[in-house]
Amino acid sequence: VCIHRVRSCSNIRFIKSKHVCVLDKSALKFSHQQRLFRTSAVSCGQIVQFKLSDIGEGITEVTVKEWYIKEGDSVSQFDSICEVQSDKASVTITSRYDGVIRKLHYSIDDIAFVGKPLVDIEIDASKGVASEEDVVETPPMSHDEHTHQEIKGHKTLATPAVRRLAMENNIKLSEVVGTGKDNRILKEDILNYLAKQTGAILPPSPKAEIIPPLPKSETLPAAPKDKARKIPLPVSRPIVFSGKDKTEPVTGFQKAMVKTMSAALKIPHFGYCDEIDLTQLVQLREELKPLAEIRGVKLSFMPFFIKAASLGLLQYPILNASLDENCQNVTYKASHNIGVAMDTGQGLIVPNVKNVQVCSVFEIAAELNRLQSLGSAGQLGTSDLTGGTFTLSNIGTIGGTYAKPVILPPEVAIGALGKIQVLPRFNGKGEVFQAQIMNVSWSADHRIIDGATMARFSNLWKSYLENPASMLLDLK
Amino acid sequence: MVLQPSLKNCLWLSCVLRTPKAGFRSTASGALVIQSVSNDVYQNLAVEDWIHDHMDLEKQQVLFLWRNSPAVVIGRHQNPWQECNLRLLRQKNIKLARRRSGGGTVYHDLGNINLTFFTTKKRYERMENLKLVVKALKALRPQLDMHVTDRYDILLDRHYKISGTAAKLGRTSAYHHCTLLCNADKFVLSSVLKSPYKGLKSNATPSVPASVKNLFEEDPSLTSEMLLDAIAKEYAMHHHTDHHITLINPADETLLPGINNKTKELQTWEWVYGKTPKFSVSTCLNIVYKDSILDVKVNMDVKHGRIEVCNIDLPEQWLPPALYSKLVKSLTGSKFCPNETTTLAATLLRVCPQDDELHSRWNLLCENMIMLM
Repeated sequence: VCIHRVRSCSNIRFIKSKHVCVLDKSALKFSHQQRLFRTSAVSCGQIVQFKLSDIGEGITEVTVKEWYIKEGDSVSQFDSICEVQSDKASVTITSRYDGVIRKLHYSIDDIAFVGKPLVDIEIDASKGVASEEDVVETPPMSHDEHTHQEIKGHKTLATPAVRRLAMENNIKLSEVVGTGKDNRILKEDILNYLAKQTGAILPPSPKAEIIPPLPKSETLPAAPKDKARKIPLPVSRPIVFSGKDKTEPVTGFQKAMVKTMSAALKIPHFGYCDEIDLTQLVQLREELKPLAEIRGVKLSFMPFFIKAASLGLLQYPILNASLDENCQNVTYKASHNIGVAMDTGQGLIVPNVKNVQVCSVFEIAAELNRLQSLGSAGQLGTSDLTGGTFTLSNIGTIGGTYAKPVILPPEVAIGALGKIQVLPRFNGKGEVFQAQIMNVSWSADHRIIDGATMARFSNLWKSYLENPASMLLDLK
Repeated sequence: MVLQPSLKNCLWLSCVLRTPKAGFRSTASGALVIQSVSNDVYQNLAVEDWIHDHMDLEKQQVLFLWRNSPAVVIGRHQNPWQECNLRLLRQKNIKLARRRSGGGTVYHDLGNINLTFFTTKKRYERMENLKLVVKALKALRPQLDMHVTDRYDILLDRHYKISGTAAKLGRTSAYHHCTLLCNADKFVLSSVLKSPYKGLKSNATPSVPASVKNLFEEDPSLTSEMLLDAIAKEYAMHHHTDHHITLINPADETLLPGINNKTKELQTWEWVYGKTPKFSVSTCLNIVYKDSILDVKVNMDVKHGRIEVCNIDLPEQWLPPALYSKLVKSLTGSKFCPNETTTLAATLLRVCPQDDELHSRWNLLCENMIMLM
């Protein structure tokens, strides 16, 4: 029993989750006293030099290209150790033993020789002899993964990997029903046995054997459905969750977001929201869409929103300004470079349409098409992504109504557009009609923009969109 | 003749493919010929992985036939920057894939056919496979002068390469795959396989360029379908089995459980670019600014596809030192990727003084840096 515990402890310590290990707490307690147990109960493991085996075709030397393990790592039989290359063939070398890697005989790009030592592995004394007998020393069986083993005279068919999994979970192989050929016990049989015992959700192991996906009904807990109806009963069986937290560094797009948002935090934001009746615009777009298509351009609502914003900025240029770092000077930008927030596979990017003040709605649409296709291909250039003065974010394409957008420095304002919904509204005659309603949420820098300015800009923008014909009066 | 699979064949194949390594209960004889219905390079590479990992090849060998829509496929230990024109690939929407076998870089399109010979490690024998291919082609068109070199290439007229080979060996299984140029676009091939990136130093496996020719040029009556069929027939004859090609769908999770995960993994940036062996970039940017040309020395170390070390030798004060150090710090640890660098550069610009001159210098420098990626 002592030896059992120590062995399973050594597997816990070097965590390489290739197998599902359901541990009971008592095993963990022993890990602190591991050294004590090792020296008293187990003699030093035997160090074996694992030689590079014959690769075939008379090849005598290969180049080491990648190590999958490092010194000190624990390996199991059949785990990948390294990748070597010889004359257009890439070979995965797998371990013959269970144990701990003690020495790597080569570095990357070194030439390794067939028949010479590749790594030194310290084999667990308790297991050492057994694993060699099972697979290595009996050539006829070395190519057959399923070895016939005898335990106490009772012939149980299972691979060494399956045996180990059973041993680690204190399962008697004789109690498990084998579903493989000749009643062979497969890994899924052990997993099924465990699932029945603990009711746990077991993640599938990325090993060579095929594990058909466990039917969902077995593994999903029933609690969520019942929650609404009754108080969940305390669970009597121990629930074990073997998932692990995953930590990754913040890089690339996320890093960019962190920088932008940290800077944005310094801006005192205020919000202003409103509702726009787009009924007339929807109709207008329907009429204009085919015309644009003939010219090879997809026409969405954004070009109208963008142009209307630019017309509004002509009247309220402070919304197209920039405040310097010391808040000493306000620069009124001459160009209306209106940014459009885009969601790509990797994250949020904001390319901008340059000089909207001199562009027609059609030209804006064409430019948006170009930016969108470049954006989805990940090919936007620096000039597309810099120089923006004002931003619109059409979050409504994904969903939502009101939002609280964050201003992108060095800009001073931003608008978030919700989705267009068909809602009942009253017309001038007091009748209810179907209106196409969209919500807009503006945020502005309260250091230089006051509520009244934002409200007036919003009203102007709204009037252009609710009555598109009025845009004609002010188009330059 | 390629036979369409009947439902019975599908079920039979399903049994054949799903049975674990214990062996087959079916009446299958020594060999199986399967053909992919997909032209997606990642899906097809995933099928190779699946067969390699899950099928017992002891009693039955497999020949897998596949074709891809335009893609560049690099070997396991190669450097894509060194091997092809990544800019051109992105522009032309040509996919980039890294296979698990060794060897060099190839261009695939529908005019190229791929053959994968799956055997146990014991029965791995590349020369035998290639001789089979040549035999099949000769039976089809006896006038073709074809010859297998000791580098496992197939040459036409002793000069033009029409097929390249690569292989993967695992613990118990192995596969040997090769290409065969029937009617590929040689113009695109030569332009994408030419790397414009200078100053790269790496120990990645280099490709050996060769003059290529399409079989179609020798005999315009040949088609990819005819070649596939001839090879399948020869293979079947060699293994004393019926000439029957079973079609498989690489997206079928029931037939090939776990295949979609394999396909996804092959498409990740971490696999395609991140598996590049460590390399360094040492070059000089010639930045045209106003009326002068600036020589800017750049030195970068790239490991796992990410910039580990970054040195840019700018003239003093060309950029404010604080901004310059922010740039270098941001680049360190980020992917050696134009998209990522563009985003970082654009973002950093937001939080620095709003000066047009500064902006144009910044954008100029970043655009030149991005040209290296």
